[in-house]
Amino acid sequence: MGQTLYDKVFDAHTVRRLPSGQYQVLMGLHLIHEVTSPQAFSMLRERGLRVLYPERTFATVDHIIPTHSQARPLTDAQAEEMLQHLERNVEEFGIRYFAPSRGEQGIVHVIGPERGLTQPGMTICCGDSHTSTHGAFGAIAFGIGTSQVRDVLATQCLALDRLRVRRIEVNGALRPGVYAKDVILWIINRLGVHGGVGYAYEYAGEVLDRFSLEERMTVCNMSIEGGARCGYVNPDATTYAYLRDRDFAPAGAAWDQAVRWWESIRSDAGAAYADVVTMRGEDIEPVVTWGITPGQSTPIGLPLPAPASFPESERALVDEAYRYMQLEPGKPVKGARIDVAFIGSCTNGRLSDFEEVARHIRGRRFRVAPHVTAMVVPGSQQVRHEMVRRGLDQVFREAGFDVREAGCSMCLAMNPDRLEGSQLCASSSNRNFKGRQGSPTGRTLLMSPVMVAAAAIAGEVADAREVFGITGTTVT
Amino acid sequence: MHDPKRTLITGPAVAVRGHDIDTDRIIPARYLKCVVFDGLGAHAFADDRAQVRAAGGTHPFDDPRHAEARILLVSRNFGCGSSREHAPAAIMRWGRGIQAIVGESFAEIFFGNCVANGIPCVTAEAADVTRLMDLVEREPATPVTVDLTTLRASAGSLVVPVRMPEGPRRQLVEGRWDSTADLLEGRDAIARTALRLPYFSGWA
Repeated sequence: MGQTLYDKVFDAHTVRRLPSGQYQVLMGLHLIHEVTSPQAFSMLRERGLRVLYPERTFATVDHIIPTHSQARPLTDAQAEEMLQHLERNVEEFGIRYFAPSRGEQGIVHVIGPERGLTQPGMTICCGDSHTSTHGAFGAIAFGIGTSQVRDVLATQCLALDRLRVRRIEVNGALRPGVYAKDVILWIINRLGVHGGVGYAYEYAGEVLDRFSLEERMTVCNMSIEGGARCGYVNPDATTYAYLRDRDFAPAGAAWDQAVRWWESIRSDAGAAYADVVTMRGEDIEPVVTWGITPGQSTPIGLPLPAPASFPESERALVDEAYRYMQLEPGKPVKGARIDVAFIGSCTNGRLSDFEEVARHIRGRRFRVAPHVTAMVVPGSQQVRHEMVRRGLDQVFREAGFDVREAGCSMCLAMNPDRLEGSQLCASSSNRNFKGRQGSPTGRTLLMSPVMVAAAAIAGEVADAREVFGITGTTVT
Repeated sequence: MHDPKRTLITGPAVAVRGHDIDTDRIIPARYLKCVVFDGLGAHAFADDRAQVRAAGGTHPFDDPRHAEARILLVSRNFGCGSSREHAPAAIMRWGRGIQAIVGESFAEIFFGNCVANGIPCVTAEAADVTRLMDLVEREPATPVTVDLTTLRASAGSLVVPVRMPEGPRRQLVEGRWDSTADLLEGRDAIARTALRLPYFSGWA
C-alpha cells in the first residue's frame, strides 16, 4: 500500500513516541510574529530555557503594524510595546528578524514563501492558524498556540496526534472569472466549517495541478476555515520553478538533491486515503459569503438560501447569521450596498492577486464608487515594491483605491484599519466572523479579489464577470 | 490547581449555546494587544455580552447565577478560527476560572491550547449536551462533574458518557500536559532525527 505525503513527512520527522502515546515530531521551520510569541518567550525565561535551533525560527511583525505609516514609535502605544518585545526577544535569543526597516517585513505567510524558507517535505508551524498556507509547497504546515510556540522554541518539537488524510480532487477546469478563492469557498461550503476536524486535506486534480503556487496558497490558506488544521498540494514542477533562486532555497548541487528528495515525498499513486471527495471545476461559480461563518456562502447568481433548506441543527446559526448580517433569505446578495472594500491578507495579498485585479481595471476608467472606502494592502514590503516597480500602485490609485503599507490590516483589525459601526465590507480575507474586522457589529462578505474590486466599483456586491466583461472559453 | 493531575473536575456550570463559536468571539482581537495573558478573563465573550446586554438580555457569562461556574458547556465546533491561546487563557481566567469544557465538538487548535493549560475538553452526544445545558440553566447551583478516568459527566441524577482522545486524556490524568519537559527528554533523539533529514543538514 502506498503512502500519502502527509504520512511520509510525519514519519520522517517523528522523533519518538511519547508516554501519552502521542508522537514527538520535529519542526523544520518555525515562524513567529508579535502577537502569539511574547508569552512563549516569557515562559522560556521563567524556566531558564534557551532556543534549541535558533536558525530554524524566523520572525516578523504583521498583525499590529499600521498600514498608513510604519514610522517609529508606532502611534498606538500598545502596538509599539508589542513590537519592542519582539525586537528584544529576537535579539536576546538570536533569531533572524525580517524587519520593516530593511524592507523585508510582511505577513508571515507571505514572506515565508517569498524568501524561499517554505519548502516541500518540511514540517512548518507558527502561532497562527493560517500556517496551513505553506502546505501549497507540499509541506505539513499548521497553526499552534502560544504554549506550543514555547515547546518549539525550547525543543524544536511538538507533541502531536496523527491526522487522517482526505483527498479533495477538483477536476476539469475553472470557468473565466472563477478563482482559487472561489474554489476553497466552494469546498468549505460543501464540506462544512467543521468537516475537516481530524483531517489533513490533500488538494489535487487538474485544477490544482494547473494552479500557480500562489493560487495553491490561497486554497491551502483557508483549510482551517474548513476545520482542517493543515492542507497541502503535492510538490511538482510548478513548486520547484517557484522556489528556484529564492534566498533560502537550496542552490548548486544541493538543488538537484533537494528536488530528488521532494519528489520522493509526494503521495504515492496507490496511497490510501481516509476519504476522497471529487468536484468538477466547471461547476464552481464566483462565491460570496452571506453569513458569520466561512461556510455560509452562495454562488453570486443565486438567491440567499431559506433557513428551512438547512438541517434542523443548523437553523439557529442561520437565523443568527441573517439577523447579524441584516440580509434576507430569498433575496440575492448581489446588489447589497457596501461601505468598504479590502484587498489583501494572507489569503489574497500576493503579487498575482493584485496583478489579476489590475488587469481588469487598467486603462478602463473604472472608479471606486463615491460612498466606498477601498483599500489595497500588499502582503509584504516586497510585494509592495514589485507593485510599484510594475506600476500597479498607480493603476489602483487612479481607480480610487488607497494603496497602503504591508500587513494583516483589516483582515483582523489589530491595527488602525477597521470597520465602523455596522459597515458592510467586501473583503478578500478569510474570516467573516462577527466583529472580525474590528467593529463588534461590522459585517464581512468574503470573496475573491476581483469580486471585491467589482463591488468597490459598483458600490454594491456585483458579479465581476458582468462588471469587467469577463468572458471567453474555459481554460483547458 | 498546584497538583497538575486532572482526573475529576467538579463545580457549578455555565452553558454557552451555539455552533461554530470562534475564538474572535471568545476574545476579540483588540484584547490581544498585550504581552501577558493576565487580565484577559474580564474580556471573555466581550462583544457577545455587550450585544446581548444591548438587546435587553443577559449573556450566561454575565448571569450572576453562573458566577461561580467551573465547567463550561458548549455546542459544536467550539473555538474554531484563530489559533490564539488568548481564548482559553480568557476562559480560564473568567470569574472563578473555567476548569473543564464539555461540548459536542471542538476545533483542534483550541482543543490543544486547552490541554496545554490543563483544561480538558470532552465531547458528548448532542442530545446529552443539551440535557446537561437544560439542567444547568434550570438549576445553576447543581454541580457538574467531569470524570476523566471513567469518561463520564454527571449532574444530579443525570450521567452521560463523554469522550476524549487517549493521548491528551493521559497527559491530563497523569499531570503531564505541560509538554516541554517530556519533549526535552528526547533531546538525543531530536538530534538524531535532525541528522536524518536532508534539509536539516544542508543537503550534505
